[in-house]
Amino acid sequence: MAYHHQIDAERCKGCGLCVAVCPKKVLEIATAVNTRGYFPAYQARPEDCVFCAICATMCPDVAITITEVEEIRAAG
Amino acid sequence: MGKILMKGNEAIGEAAIRAGCLNYFAYPITPQSEVAEYLAKRMPEVGGVFLQGESEVAVGYMLFGAAGAGERVFTTSSSPGISLMSEAISYIAAAQLPVVFVNIIRGGPGLGGILPSQGDYFQATKGGGHGDYRLLVLAPASVQETAEMVMMAFPLAEKYRNPVMILGDGLIGQMMEPVEFPDHLRTAPSDKNAWASNGMATRGSRQRNLVKSLFLDPEALNNQNLLLKSKYDRMRREEVRYETYNLDGDYRVLIVSYGTMSRVCRTAVDNLKAAGVEVGLLRPQTLFPFPLEAVREAAGRPACQAVISIEMSMGQMVEDVERAVCGIRPVHWYGKCGGDVPTPEEVMDVVRGLMAGGR
Amino acid sequence: MGKTFSKPRSLTDQPTHYCPGCTHGVIHRLVAETIDELDIMERTVGIAPVGCAVLAYNYFNCDFQEAAHGRAPAMATGIKRVRPDLVVFTYQGDGDLASIGMGEIVHAANRGEKFTVIFVNNAVYGMTGGQMAPTTMPGQRTTTSPRGRNVEEVGMPIKVAELLAALETPAYITRQTVIDPKGIRKAKKAIRKAFEYQLAGRCFSLVEVVSTCPTNWGMTPVEAVAWARETLLPYYQLGEFKVPE
Repeated sequence: MAYHHQIDAERCKGCGLCVAVCPKKVLEIATAVNTRGYFPAYQARPEDCVFCAICATMCPDVAITITEVEEIRAAG
Repeated sequence: MGKILMKGNEAIGEAAIRAGCLNYFAYPITPQSEVAEYLAKRMPEVGGVFLQGESEVAVGYMLFGAAGAGERVFTTSSSPGISLMSEAISYIAAAQLPVVFVNIIRGGPGLGGILPSQGDYFQATKGGGHGDYRLLVLAPASVQETAEMVMMAFPLAEKYRNPVMILGDGLIGQMMEPVEFPDHLRTAPSDKNAWASNGMATRGSRQRNLVKSLFLDPEALNNQNLLLKSKYDRMRREEVRYETYNLDGDYRVLIVSYGTMSRVCRTAVDNLKAAGVEVGLLRPQTLFPFPLEAVREAAGRPACQAVISIEMSMGQMVEDVERAVCGIRPVHWYGKCGGDVPTPEEVMDVVRGLMAGGR
Repeated sequence: MGKTFSKPRSLTDQPTHYCPGCTHGVIHRLVAETIDELDIMERTVGIAPVGCAVLAYNYFNCDFQEAAHGRAPAMATGIKRVRPDLVVFTYQGDGDLASIGMGEIVHAANRGEKFTVIFVNNAVYGMTGGQMAPTTMPGQRTTTSPRGRNVEEVGMPIKVAELLAALETPAYITRQTVIDPKGIRKAKKAIRKAFEYQLAGRCFSLVEVVSTCPTNWGMTPVEAVAWARETLLPYYQLGEFKVPE
């Protein structure tokens, strides 16, 4: 099963709690503001993400979602 | 069902049940604790809710919750208790909830006394709580009228989605008189699904309801106030009730008096009439909306030389009487506090004093 | 093996007004997840307090009433008494519940009212700008204890869970925290247990949740979590203080 981790940059307030709790140090705070003036979190090292949802659990703004996606068949 | 001899307080409790209100939250306070004692026995018999709250403050918000959930609900208390509920009354009016309050007034201010008084007139009619809200205030003068007004209060509260207050006093609460509970005053509760937080499943709706009074946006709050005002203006047009006595003759003095005090004045009017002195009496049955036109018309009669507001307070209704009379006649006040109800003889002396041109 | 994660149905889409890192948002989600899992949204009535969470009703999809400051337990009593079939919960802060509303919460608990209380303890008045609360710690600076809470003057912080657990009436009283993922998972279980006690008509239930207030503590969200762990948790012990037999 493949998963897709997403941070809603507009909903995120850049509080940094997800960054602090991520066991794989995947997340960081962006250097560009969103439309509400916050620096949102983002996946700096997505390849390290194990989809444990700890970040989503900690997020006060339900800005992080993880969804199941179809396995991407090898091309050909 | 014929008349039963009942204490006023108990008649109030029974009247609510007969009107179709089966939810009562209250706190003991003399001189009306008998309502709670009566309903503590009666409500379980009719499958109703009786709960004694920890304070009148808490009771005020139990009423808010229950009414906000779309159920008929009422309480009874006395002066200091009503003061404690006044914040909740403001919230209930602001959230447009139908709740019935009965105030069996006792002597004030402060702890005051436990005997009859009419010293809560301002609190009831000019707003005891904060903000622009009004209460529809009914003032009975007998146990029978109290029962009927309690029964009428529920559909009125629902018609206006506003608290209604019955203003009695210690005498009305404590005395026993024959009373009956007219069937035509029993009413079915109105449909509250449009606004009540009674559970989406209850009303088969996917739309949730929100019962609140916070309007941070100034325009929204102003609109809310205009909405409330439109209801109060409608009350002024449709709900004025008063009774006249001996107003058909050439009375030289007009007495304006309500509740227990008006009964004493009625005796005084009879005695004076027997002595060849014509005096008129106008008894407001609604204190808000106040019968302004009726008082002005009665004061304006050619033979009438003076108007006097006789009330068991230091002069509160007199201000509304002055507002009604607009200076076309001199307006006076007479009253006593503390619980000694003025006697007919006292009233007669005061009225004679006015006629002698003394004032 | 990964997990999916999404917004509970009972939460609206509206972003909250809470400050960055304020754990109100976490608690709202846990309550909403519980309402979803128990499938009770259509018969639930929430009661918002006066405080930062006064606007909680904007974030839930169930019926709501908004209380006067401290009076939510009385309103919940009114609703539950006339409509015992409804699921009722109050959501209150420490100023709301433990200061002005102390009378209401003690008596609602003592009567064993069958509703659930979510009590957010962040040791300060948030909405009004960081004043001292009954749960403010000794020496903790607030806008009304600028030299730090002086226990000689205003006494010690109130432990609400222990206070209510001393009442004889059966109840479920627990204190949890949401300052870290482990705490959040346990808090979710406690909130669910509280609602289940209500659904079973079993007893009064209250979940005290030790929370952060970065803005009024004058800290970053991450610093606030550390301060809460070092200063609040030793005083506000976590655990179940009362469970109905």
